[in-house]
Amino acid sequence: MAKIELTRIPFIKNALKSRYPQLAVFIVMLIGYIFAILAGLIGTPVGSHNFSIVFVWIAWWAILILVAVPFFGRGWCAVCPIPLPGEWLQRGAVLSPPDKRPKWLNLRVPKMFRNIWLQNISFLLLALFSSVLLTTPNITGIVLAAMLFAAIGLSTVFERRAFCRYLCPVGGFIGLYSQTAPIELRIKDKQVCVTCEGKPCYNGSQAGYGCPWDVFPGGLTKNTYCGLCMECIRTCPHDNIAVNLRPFSADLAKPSTRMDEAFKAFIMLGSAIIYAGVLLGPWGAFKDAAYNVGSGAWFIYAAAFLAIIFVVLPSLFTLGILNTKNTLSLKQRFASLSTALIPLGLMFWVAFSLSFVLTNASYIIAALSDPLGLGWDLFGTANATWQPMLTSMLAPAQTLALVGGLIWSARTAQKAAGEVKVSPIPVIVYCFIATSLMLWLLL
Amino acid sequence: MKRSELISRFLIAAGTLLAVGAPLFFWSRTPLIHARMAEDGGWNPDVIQAEVGKPLHIKITSDDVVHGFAVGQMEMQSVDILPGKVTDITLNFDKPGIYTFFCTRWCGLNHWRMRGTIEVSGSPSDPEPVSPPLYVSLDLDLDAPHEAPLIPATQPSAINGQSLAVTNSITLSNEDYLTHSPYDVFAELKNTSLTESQRWDVVAYLWQTNTTPESLANGKELYAENCAACHGENGAGDGVFADDLAAAGESSMQTMEGAVDMMMQTPVDFTDSQRMLGASPALLQGKILRGGMGTGMPMWGAIFTEEQIWDLIAYIYAFQFDYQH
Repeated sequence: MAKIELTRIPFIKNALKSRYPQLAVFIVMLIGYIFAILAGLIGTPVGSHNFSIVFVWIAWWAILILVAVPFFGRGWCAVCPIPLPGEWLQRGAVLSPPDKRPKWLNLRVPKMFRNIWLQNISFLLLALFSSVLLTTPNITGIVLAAMLFAAIGLSTVFERRAFCRYLCPVGGFIGLYSQTAPIELRIKDKQVCVTCEGKPCYNGSQAGYGCPWDVFPGGLTKNTYCGLCMECIRTCPHDNIAVNLRPFSADLAKPSTRMDEAFKAFIMLGSAIIYAGVLLGPWGAFKDAAYNVGSGAWFIYAAAFLAIIFVVLPSLFTLGILNTKNTLSLKQRFASLSTALIPLGLMFWVAFSLSFVLTNASYIIAALSDPLGLGWDLFGTANATWQPMLTSMLAPAQTLALVGGLIWSARTAQKAAGEVKVSPIPVIVYCFIATSLMLWLLL
Repeated sequence: MKRSELISRFLIAAGTLLAVGAPLFFWSRTPLIHARMAEDGGWNPDVIQAEVGKPLHIKITSDDVVHGFAVGQMEMQSVDILPGKVTDITLNFDKPGIYTFFCTRWCGLNHWRMRGTIEVSGSPSDPEPVSPPLYVSLDLDLDAPHEAPLIPATQPSAINGQSLAVTNSITLSNEDYLTHSPYDVFAELKNTSLTESQRWDVVAYLWQTNTTPESLANGKELYAENCAACHGENGAGDGVFADDLAAAGESSMQTMEGAVDMMMQTPVDFTDSQRMLGASPALLQGKILRGGMGTGMPMWGAIFTEEQIWDLIAYIYAFQFDYQH
């Protein structure tokens, strides 16, 4: 399927090029984000009735994992309010053209941190405490505020969006899975970029700022690190930037060779499996261990969590591909072949999320009318009773997601194996076993 | 600075102010009474001020599990307080004093500790004379052993005792009922020609004559709501919290300020004939009014009216006697 350039449509192009529509969305998102922090800190401690829990961990998560990531890649990053105050502070402006003199320290992020290992760690930190974080409004409020302040702090020390690029706990997996999305931002003609003087898309100009994500659009081959902020559309003097509609998982045809990204795939795959077992499974002892943060049982849970992600799953994968010998090192084959786990992991998360989103979505209706738990009834829905939604659809939808994910990952494995010239069979078997386990846990 | 930049900054500042200010404003103007399990703080605030003749409007919410709200010694239906929901309650007081409000749902091991007070000010319109409870005027030692030396082999039957009592012209005044244990009355019947079993049947009948079906029904309801959690639905001391109370012992009390010397105990078994047949209504009234003094048994004096306590006592004796007609 050929690509369709969406920016050929004047309405879309103008909407993306102008700063005002984006600013309007930013302001609304920022108000919602700050309100979520406040709701977490001063609203009812009952998670199922607090805006921060219901809108962040049910509504936002549902939109993110079921819609935004699969269909728009880093679409969420394009409207995320977390980096905004820091970015405005860093620039000293909201709309005005960049000042020639850099604000604040404007340091380059040290080379050793220019990867997604910090994002892997920040995600795991939240994942290990997720049972408390996802149910306790004031913890959610504190974490949301901490992310906002971390982003502000990093913006005053480092150049561009250091928080988004290197620390954001969700940015890492959004980037990984955005490779599967049917949308991309790319240059139209490479030669234009080669001959372009000053590279304003990266260095900025009077028309706009240099890429906040520290990416040279001329070299973009995958979605992973492009935050869809649309700044390059504004700065490119040659109208050489396009937003395209494309086939799903187009980026995965060229597998990654980076270990931080390979382990991100294992982290996400493992987390989905563990959550399905611990949070949705019938084993009360596992659930208790996950919820009793700081207890001996929790430390065992945390150790097991990390062992499964960093030892068990990668070891089994390595064992599987040991015999797929060719001229490439095992490390390179490991990194490349783990690309197959990207669609699989995404669909695991879709299947897992369907469970708790459909089960808890009715809380959104009640929380809309009384977001702080103060006894309001703004829309007459405050007393809406909890009721799982579309229960008859859940198991078929999860099965479809998991089986579809398996087929998708098998196809990706074939392509990745073709690139490194090895057999895809061990990877497909690995994906099959993982999918069977997930099916057993969820159904 | 360009106008667009200025307007943008203004909108961002206004939006931020709105996002911070609006929740804080409404939150500060909506005083809520928070209900939490006693281990986590109970009622907050636990002291409320009110005035005679002026309706008291309060908003209560639960921060954890389902609680209930009722005010002791007042004619009111208890109200459920649901987690994350706000319940509006209006109370009217016609007498000044300190009222006790309490949780009416078995919310946890220390459920009965969820109490607070409403301090109602105003001038008393009709001062009522206060008389000490019976156990005080009788100078009863509530903590002294009171086992019956002899207990019946089978459950005494009021219906069997009725004909024997009528035939032998045996009656028991309310005053004697209140101040004597069943065993005391059983012992006083030793000069009759009745067998031991018959004497116990007569005692059962005499106890029945000192209550009414309405009292028993009311006592049963009060018992189910307030006592069964620990003492068990059938009075056997095996309520849902009984094992936890015994197991928790001292440790469960140490989270409560000023209560470290207390020790949870297994709840009293009302089917224990030796204990119950040796206790007079006045003694039981004292135990209910005062509570178990550090055993885990709460004091109910501020909650139940005198009539309610007598109804409850009448029902508790029903675990010993067969009152069926």
